[in-house]
Amino acid sequence: MAPRIPGEVAGQRITATLPPAPAMRDPSECIVDINEVTIKFGTFTAVDRVTLWLRRGEVFGLLGPNGSGKTTLIRALCGLLPFAGGTAQVLGRGVTEYAEQIRTQIGYMSQKFSLYEDLTAQENMDFYSGIYGLSAREARDRQGELVDRTGLKPYLNRRAGQLSGGWKQRLALTCAILHRPRLVFLDEPTAGIDPVARRDLWDLLFQLAAEDVTLLVTTHYMDEAERCARVGYIYLGRMLTVGTPDELKVLPQITPPGTRRLEILTHHETASMLERLRHRPGVLQATIFGQSIHALVEESRSLTDLGLDAHEVRPAEPTLEDVFVTLSRAAVQENGVL
Amino acid sequence: MNGSSPIQRIVSIARKEVLHILRDRQTLFMTLFFPIVELMMLGYAIDTNVRDILTVVYDQDGTQQSRVLVERFQNTKSFDIVRMVYSDDQLTEAIIRGTARVAIKIPANYSRDLEAGRPTTIQVLVDGTVSSVAGEAVNVSNALALRTSIEQGGQAVPAVEVRPVVLFNPDTRSPNFFIPGLLVVLCQMMAITLSANAIVREKEKGTLEQLFMTPVRAQELILGKMLPYFVLTFIEFCGIALLMTTVFQVPIHGSFGTLLIIAVPFVLTMLAWGLWVSTKVSTRDAAMQMAMGTVMPCIFLSGYVFPLDSMPRFFYWVAQVIPTTWLIDAARGVILRGAGWRELWQHCVILWAMTFAALLAGILKFKKQLN
Repeated sequence: MAPRIPGEVAGQRITATLPPAPAMRDPSECIVDINEVTIKFGTFTAVDRVTLWLRRGEVFGLLGPNGSGKTTLIRALCGLLPFAGGTAQVLGRGVTEYAEQIRTQIGYMSQKFSLYEDLTAQENMDFYSGIYGLSAREARDRQGELVDRTGLKPYLNRRAGQLSGGWKQRLALTCAILHRPRLVFLDEPTAGIDPVARRDLWDLLFQLAAEDVTLLVTTHYMDEAERCARVGYIYLGRMLTVGTPDELKVLPQITPPGTRRLEILTHHETASMLERLRHRPGVLQATIFGQSIHALVEESRSLTDLGLDAHEVRPAEPTLEDVFVTLSRAAVQENGVL
Repeated sequence: MNGSSPIQRIVSIARKEVLHILRDRQTLFMTLFFPIVELMMLGYAIDTNVRDILTVVYDQDGTQQSRVLVERFQNTKSFDIVRMVYSDDQLTEAIIRGTARVAIKIPANYSRDLEAGRPTTIQVLVDGTVSSVAGEAVNVSNALALRTSIEQGGQAVPAVEVRPVVLFNPDTRSPNFFIPGLLVVLCQMMAITLSANAIVREKEKGTLEQLFMTPVRAQELILGKMLPYFVLTFIEFCGIALLMTTVFQVPIHGSFGTLLIIAVPFVLTMLAWGLWVSTKVSTRDAAMQMAMGTVMPCIFLSGYVFPLDSMPRFFYWVAQVIPTTWLIDAARGVILRGAGWRELWQHCVILWAMTFAALLAGILKFKKQLN
């Protein structure tokens, strides 16, 4: 059976939200300002007319499936890739012309642990201090400050390769912000680390944001997306939507007119229940959350129509995951086959 | 019960390995292609029959008969008379400079002695640094003299006598021939693999990605990486030279400092070469394989093992564009023949030219790859 595609029923064209009104774009507040940026690798369009701006001190979440263009966009903002179209300003300067100056003021922490595993934590910090041109004194002061903040002290003489995932990420973050960047790109900074370490890292990120550092974080974790002031969802190189998590959840195309979202509590047989529900006419989406099912159904269908009389059912808000899944499917629908 | 048999499991693994091999076309290509290249080189370039030994002639006699003799030397195919010289100085200079391996001196009274039936002596100076060439040169000139003598009519005393003088390496010891070349080849391998690994390691680990996000420029990255390896290669160079003089008893007749200075552009070229290799591959294993692949032609074609003089024309010209050829020649010059700047400045100029070409190619390729 062919999967149901909500976009088909909803009949909604998914469009990116409009860029903010010019009045909001105070140049001193606008750390990243890109307009209609297109990046091509040969004939493949990796980033397609993306418009985005980041406010000073903002934590911005960039979401999207692997290969959707997140990393490409970051690399482009660092001036590492040529633009096939559009304009991009980072820290008030054109990326193409001022790539080198911009790179002195940005930090980058990549999805993989990308420090030198055969060097100690201290040696890694020293290396990046040197790369970013810190004087011996500046390096000592700043390293001391960050080591206190991250709690890295006991691990300074340990080889980076021997640190656990969480400590590696903290070290990587430390190395990325030694030079007091005003903008930090974090490409899946928390991939593969445990929840406690993840929370610790996010605490560090918010501390940075409080110091007016702007953060662009890519992630696959919805709880992390919820923490961001604003999120953007990029899919097949296109920025499908940008907004606060709450704004995205009430987008009309997520719960189109004539539909509603339900949470169905199922105490057992959740999986078979899901299977039955998915075959019911009028059910547009259904997915499991623990011992309950979240479903998008046509408003005209009663609980009896849906065979849910015997269950405890309550109205549900869409989650961010619902938002992204819905937007992705609609985009596939619009563009044809992936 | 699991129904899979050992055979099935082995086949599964084999099939998967075939996929790995097919996915990695570059390694497959190198694995298959390089042995073929090596075979071709061994088969064609390497001809143990020494031919076309570069020869200069100082014909003091300058008569019909002496010219016949010169022609005979030429006709043996063992000698290739590249130049006539007109003084003893030019004669020795040709040998020290390395433009000739053999110098034949025909005395002024050659034809007169021959007509008068007096024995006459031809001096043959042989550069002993390439032992196989030296041996061949001595043997062939002796045979030639014998033939000429017989033609003059059987006398008790041979009419024409060759007095061969083997210079520089009188006992034609093969360590003297091989070790200066080995010194160069080992340093080449070291420089290429070190520099290729240095970049590929960062690629493999993903740290290169991180570095590009920093203000570091490509050329800074390259220079910063090359510097330690440059020093390391020179330490190695000196170490091998020390072993050469002590363990293998090969004395250095010229100035070692001169050799070191000529080696500077060579080592830089090899580091740039490694850089170029590193842009071609993404794993250290592949880098190693490719580095070895490029070192092989140098070993066979640089005159390290087989004398350049007797290579077919094509390979001879290929050898001229291999940096190794020039440094090996310079190393043998300094170590065995006591050559100095007067003889070797051209080597230095040529190596610097190669350095600039290699650095340019390496850096451009590297920078291009970033985008």
